[in-house]
Amino acid sequence: MDWKALAAPRVLAVATAVVLTTALTLVFFYAPLEAEQGFLQKIFYVHVPLAIVSLCGFVAGGILAIAHLRTGDSRWDVRSYVAIHMSLIFGLATLITGSIWAKGSWGHWWVWNEPTLVSFLIVFLLYATYQPLRFAIEDPERQARYASVFAITAGAFVPMNFIAVRLSSAYVHPRVLGATGNLPGAMELTFAISLAAIALLYLTLCSLELHTKRARAQLRALRRRVEERTGAPARAPARSAAPSLPLPPRTVGTITSMRNHPGREA
Amino acid sequence: MTALLAQLPALPLHTAGKYVAAAYITLFVVVVVYVAVMALRVARIERQLGELSERARDADAAGERPQAGA
Repeated sequence: MDWKALAAPRVLAVATAVVLTTALTLVFFYAPLEAEQGFLQKIFYVHVPLAIVSLCGFVAGGILAIAHLRTGDSRWDVRSYVAIHMSLIFGLATLITGSIWAKGSWGHWWVWNEPTLVSFLIVFLLYATYQPLRFAIEDPERQARYASVFAITAGAFVPMNFIAVRLSSAYVHPRVLGATGNLPGAMELTFAISLAAIALLYLTLCSLELHTKRARAQLRALRRRVEERTGAPARAPARSAAPSLPLPPRTVGTITSMRNHPGREA
Repeated sequence: MTALLAQLPALPLHTAGKYVAAAYITLFVVVVVYVAVMALRVARIERQLGELSERARDADAAGERPQAGA
């Protein structure tokens, strides 16, 4: 099986659109209404998958950071950065949808004595410091190394935090997906498809981000070549929290082939 | 199509509908904003690529001119 072709953004985007449409159809036209919360429980199918994917993305960022520290290859740092960056966006969506659910269910936008909500906010705020940390370090190599150490430490904190919340005594949060597997079959299927849809959306957006970064790296290499040829003074790269991919070899040829055969490199 | 729609369950939009709609619209807005940002980035890369191509063409033309005159 050609895994590289499967990871192409176009294939991922089509798969995401199909699974997302299926998930929405199942949520609104197949899954039964929950006895206690009724129609409001439909938020569960978007809120919980967003939270799961976001937390898994944070852990994935830590695993990719381990690969960066082991190999010293900056491409792993870029992948770790993209995974955490995307998880932050999904985390923000989780907080907003959770807040909406809380308002509909409990009548309050936020409940401070609920461990699941507060622990997720702590994880989110912890990762919100990731980008300022990167921006504070000017040297790209040192920035990547420190960011990897942060990603590993924070990544280990995520499952510990999850276990701590599960062990806590308060069970005020609507625990629709319990350890006892209390979801009826139709709801379970809908939830599984929704989770797959959100996971695919995450992978598609990560893939798009990585492809844009690759294009920017090629553009940077091309600019350097042109500046060398014309004798123009080379511009110093702007300070950024976002890591850059290493300059690829034979960039000019690659870009020429991209322009001649659009889509081949995508 | 009408028969299919008649089979579908009615959604109780009058009660919790606004909250459910808000949650799903949030996801939609997040995706749309992200895609818009990506589109802007790609447009900038395309513009810079065009500028570089122009500079490379000018450099080629400047390099060929003295040879033609010699």
